[in-house]
Amino acid sequence: MAYIDPHIHMVSRTTDDYQRMAMAGCVAVTEPAFWAGFDRSSPQGFYDYFVQLTEIEPKRAAAFGIAHHAWVCINPKEAEDPGFAREVVELLPEFLDKPNVLGIGEIGLNKNSKNEMSILEAQIALAVQHDRLILVHTPHLEDKLKGTRLILDALRRNGHINPERVLIDHVEEHTVGEVLDQGYWAGMTLYPDSKCTPARAVDIVECYGSERLWINSAGDWGHSDPLSVPKCMAEMRMRGHPPELIHRLTFSNPQTFLAQSGKFVV
Amino acid sequence: MADSLNPSTCPQPRSELLDRTFLEHRAKLLDLAAFLDRCERCETGNEGHDDLRLAAMQGAMKLLIDDQPQRAKRVLEWLSDDSTDLLDHAPGKGATGAPLSPK
Repeated sequence: MAYIDPHIHMVSRTTDDYQRMAMAGCVAVTEPAFWAGFDRSSPQGFYDYFVQLTEIEPKRAAAFGIAHHAWVCINPKEAEDPGFAREVVELLPEFLDKPNVLGIGEIGLNKNSKNEMSILEAQIALAVQHDRLILVHTPHLEDKLKGTRLILDALRRNGHINPERVLIDHVEEHTVGEVLDQGYWAGMTLYPDSKCTPARAVDIVECYGSERLWINSAGDWGHSDPLSVPKCMAEMRMRGHPPELIHRLTFSNPQTFLAQSGKFVV
Repeated sequence: MADSLNPSTCPQPRSELLDRTFLEHRAKLLDLAAFLDRCERCETGNEGHDDLRLAAMQGAMKLLIDDQPQRAKRVLEWLSDDSTDLLDHAPGKGATGAPLSPK
């Protein structure tokens, strides 16, 4: 069954992973801009990264028959220096016009600081100004509940956000309800130890339904699994869920949300 | 209303779910038990921070056996920072897995 992994950091994965993903049925990925594990030393470093996301990575993906789209932003871990961060935000419009850039992401909060919030608000405003989709990172572990609520408040404060064009990612059992109740899309990230598991993601679907929900691996340079989406699909089959539900969660839901960009092709 | 695209239950019978996954979760329970034993055998040091994480874990475990629903949600809430104000500055980049103030 064909599937989409709508949040995965392929710049940090080898072609072995592309091959395995293609064999497992992956037909498209979208790759948000994220923290590389170190703080980039200049805005030019971000510029080069955005070139890698929009020009190099799509070619690597295409060799395995996988469509690759990107998101651009300054991530919350590198937003604590607001002067530096605003220089990076100024680079974004050039890349938002690229044919394979879907919107601004993954923006959000990390430790829930004032500086992070100011840069989040600036990027929300930029997305509104350019009428782009938004993909949001919610904080890790003990910071997630507080950060999710702060992010929802920031989106509401902007006053011009259409919740249907915003995906709040990395939801778990204690945040998914508020995200869905406020009309946003919610992403369940299947990432070892610090986020959701395939089994828990299926539990969430059983409790909340499948509307405005997607799953992703967020595979990156850390301990992660680029095949966690097909593993979740297998868990759904083992529990007896029908193929149309699996297809909705792993293909038609991501396609519906991402197609709002006018650029998502699969 | 529940339908095939919006299930409200796990469609697998409980006996089959247990047949398929009981041993996996038994192993996870043993991992947790062994971890707690291991912590007691460790040389002590940095007790303040360590104890807050262990205390948070022990508090969370009580929620597993209180016979109330939504255990996963309640455990995550228990392990969450309850404050609401933005921090003046980010204290590093990582998270620890448990709130740094006792509950």
